[in-house]
Amino acid sequence: MTSVYELMDYAEVIERFDPVLGLEVHVELHTNTKMFCGCANVFGGEPNTQVCPTCLGMPGALPTLNGKAVESAIRIGLALNCEIAEWCRFARKNYFYPDMPKNFQTSQYDEPIAFNGFLDVTLDDGSLFRVEIERAHMEEDTGKSLHVGGSDGRIHGAEHSLLDYNRAGVPLIEIVTKPIEGTGERAPEVARAYVTALRDLLKALDVSDVRMDQGSLRCDANVSLMAKDATEFGTRTETKNVNSLRSVERAVRFEMTRQAAILVAGGKITQETRHFDESTGSTSPGRTKETAEDYRYFPEPDLTPIAPSREWVEELRGTLPELPWERRKRVQDEWSLTDAELRDLVNAGAVDLVAATVDAGATPAEARSWWVAYLTKEANNRGVELSELAITPAQIATVIGLVNSGELTNKLAREVVTGVLEGEGEPEAVIEARGLKVVSDDSALEKAVDEALAAQPDVAAKIRDGKVAAAGAIVGAVMKATKGQADAKRVRELIIARCS
Amino acid sequence: MSDLIRSTAAELAARIASREVSAVEVTQAHLDRIGEVDGAVNAFLHVDTEGALKAAREVDDDIAAGAHVGPLAGVPIALKDVLTTEGVPTTVGSKILEGWVPPYDATVTRRLKEAGVVILGKTNMDEFAMGSSTENSAYGPTRNPWDLDRIPGGSGGGSAAALAAFEAPLSIGTDTGGSIRQPGAVTGTVGVKPTYGGVSRYGLVAFSSSLDQAGPCARTVLDAALLHEVIAGYDPMDSTSINAPVPPVVAAAREGANGDLSGVRVGVVTQFSGEGYQPGVLRSFEAAVAQLKQLGAEIVEVSCPSFDYALPAYYLIAPSEASSNLARFDAMRYGIRVGDDSTRSAEEVMSLTREAGFGPEVKRRIMIGTYALSSGYYDAYYGSAQKVRTLISRDFEAAFATVDVLVSPTTPTTAFRIGERTGDPLAMYKADLCTIPANLAGNAAMSLPSGLSDEDGLPVGLQLMAPALQDHRMYRVAAAYEVARDAAAGAPLIQGVPQLAGAAR
Ligand SMILES: [Zn+2]
Repeated sequence: MTSVYELMDYAEVIERFDPVLGLEVHVELHTNTKMFCGCANVFGGEPNTQVCPTCLGMPGALPTLNGKAVESAIRIGLALNCEIAEWCRFARKNYFYPDMPKNFQTSQYDEPIAFNGFLDVTLDDGSLFRVEIERAHMEEDTGKSLHVGGSDGRIHGAEHSLLDYNRAGVPLIEIVTKPIEGTGERAPEVARAYVTALRDLLKALDVSDVRMDQGSLRCDANVSLMAKDATEFGTRTETKNVNSLRSVERAVRFEMTRQAAILVAGGKITQETRHFDESTGSTSPGRTKETAEDYRYFPEPDLTPIAPSREWVEELRGTLPELPWERRKRVQDEWSLTDAELRDLVNAGAVDLVAATVDAGATPAEARSWWVAYLTKEANNRGVELSELAITPAQIATVIGLVNSGELTNKLAREVVTGVLEGEGEPEAVIEARGLKVVSDDSALEKAVDEALAAQPDVAAKIRDGKVAAAGAIVGAVMKATKGQADAKRVRELIIARCS
Repeated sequence: MSDLIRSTAAELAARIASREVSAVEVTQAHLDRIGEVDGAVNAFLHVDTEGALKAAREVDDDIAAGAHVGPLAGVPIALKDVLTTEGVPTTVGSKILEGWVPPYDATVTRRLKEAGVVILGKTNMDEFAMGSSTENSAYGPTRNPWDLDRIPGGSGGGSAAALAAFEAPLSIGTDTGGSIRQPGAVTGTVGVKPTYGGVSRYGLVAFSSSLDQAGPCARTVLDAALLHEVIAGYDPMDSTSINAPVPPVVAAAREGANGDLSGVRVGVVTQFSGEGYQPGVLRSFEAAVAQLKQLGAEIVEVSCPSFDYALPAYYLIAPSEASSNLARFDAMRYGIRVGDDSTRSAEEVMSLTREAGFGPEVKRRIMIGTYALSSGYYDAYYGSAQKVRTLISRDFEAAFATVDVLVSPTTPTTAFRIGERTGDPLAMYKADLCTIPANLAGNAAMSLPSGLSDEDGLPVGLQLMAPALQDHRMYRVAAAYEVARDAAAGAPLIQGVPQLAGAAR
């Protein structure tokens, strides 16, 4: 489905309007079992194999609450500086949809478990932006519909649909921001930075896989524009299917330029759900309904209220790990990083990897140079996240150690790392298999030096005359002869010794 | 008529345990009786002959092997079709679940099986337990064994009629607004709604989750108590199940049978009399109260003014919850599917299925509930109803501060004629006038026969109500009254049920 939109130039949008954002992030918790039943909570099983009467919504089946999910919800709330409800309930959100087994979602409505918090997010220039959190509440995920026979996997044009309920009942935490104002032109950047910060936080809490590509972290972006002289928020749209950090930024930017064009042309923004298309970077209207959905919320009578004791909440506060921003502050101090160096490290997503490499024996500078400078490029080339590269901090530390002991040159070290990335085994095995050991045997080198000097008598004469700079040509010849496995510094020493 | 089908569950259990009679013989006698009379009564939607005989054989084998068996082992039971039974159809009296065979047992079903109670089959009911006459069943009405032209009450008319027709000595009902007690009253049988949370709702197809409660039905108070103890108790599968010991109802029933109620304070609810009450029902009730006094109880009048608002509050809360609970019947995973001819969307198939699958009373309540929960109306309807609920709980609390149990007629009239109220939903709803407060407050309540109405010769029910988790109080009073009533009449009331056609021996 391609539609043509009038879009306004971004600079003009900013000149005429103030953007207001609202971000709703759904996080799938990686508890062992689902929210309200004992089924396994695992991504990617054969369809309809992780189901039971409860998560299939069978007549008569009842929910029982997963205590671990409540614990995760409270820890997330605490990490987001929220208040934790002393008493709250689940509510039923009623609407019909084929992939929702009960045709109501067990969620929380006016009594969320956590509310009134904030998250300070770091922007690209290192400055902080505070995003206020409205609430974090618990709910269950729906199943998945697979539309067969259509052109693009969407329901429109499909011949039939298949339903997979493995995901139905997976615990979700929905984190909703208050309206984010005052971002100006940085609105798209703030949106991305917020989701990034939230992802890092949830990862540190170890409550979710936070994989946007697998849907364990999903972001809905609400965007509206206010004319510069306006006093009330404009009509907003809600963009779904925003499946990567980059898409968050693109979707917000697109909506801003689309809405601005409509508004200046005298049009009105339709309050609607829109669908982000990764390939075109544009949004298109989702299912339109003639009337606003009335979810007919009421307290879930099948579950008892949740009343977390203050003692338990404090106990959980004690389990919070070092949070990403605390960790960043600490590594900056410990590793003596400039703000720019810290930013590069954070932007590369390399803090944990560098720290682990340091723990395995490398210096922070060595570890940073590998992860931030070299491996980030490798990750880009391979189209994966840095943390998904098939090499461990311990392996990098090993390679660094071999360089320091002179057993590898930097060039050989990179080749060893390539071997590891290609799945050829541990660094030692790669060195063995590829024959990458530095030639440190002087007699072998001396032979190569002698041959090179003999092959270039003019150069040899110059060196003997004291023109040491000429030795470079001989070094090059020796390195070529030894296929780069010689230590260039040692070769130079041997040449000068031979010619004196 | 075989003496086996006229025996109490307690007698049958004792005779089976002592191997005087086998569980298979007892089960077969009841299956034969069902075969003879159920064509006229229509108490059963499904008879599981094979499963029942197999379960009976297992009990006989256990007893022969000297194994310890439960107090009701080998006794047959009829299960209301609202409780799931693995491998045995469960329809909830609705077209929409026609042919559905659940893959799992309700906790009540499981407990019965574990106790060696033999499940004969599934009983007829108003569709989704919505009704007071069993006329709303998609599978035809059940008839009252006392007069086949009359209703057996509802929604659990099948479970009550099965007892009165001697098709089963025990049955299970569920009570959302009186669906155990009102059928008990109009069929001359005993029906108990335990304290909410006393019996697990897991596998009970929900009508109104905050009100539904399964309970025992029997022909005697002691039989109901024995069954109560088999099915009650904490269940981790039901979050609203109470994690506390089961009230000692069997001991209370045995104690009450001694006939001494001195020291017991009985409160008569003043709200439940006057206009709309059949005079014969009120006379029977007054006689019952006089009988209790004679047994030594102290009688006081108690006013519960909020009970006047119970019926309207109930008809907002129950339909609201039902509108949500019944949303799952959408043709996607179970039950019938209508209009799936590959030209229609899933939403259209859902809609056509629900249109064809639900009966008019179910649709009426879904619409009432959907309206009451709508934004803009929620506070005025659902919100206000919840406040009434709180007031009713307070009335009960105040009453139970001065009395041990409350009494009232179970239902304002005796069994009405089939078809008499089907065109007038409000008249139908009034059958539950006296029973609803206990559902809204969640406390225990029961009905037992107080005799026959002098104007039409039909059974009248006496309702007893007790505080939450004090179910044993009403069993004690009921057992004492039952002994006195039968002594005065010279025979158990239930023996007055007429011979049913085709059942003569
Ligand atoms: Zn499940």
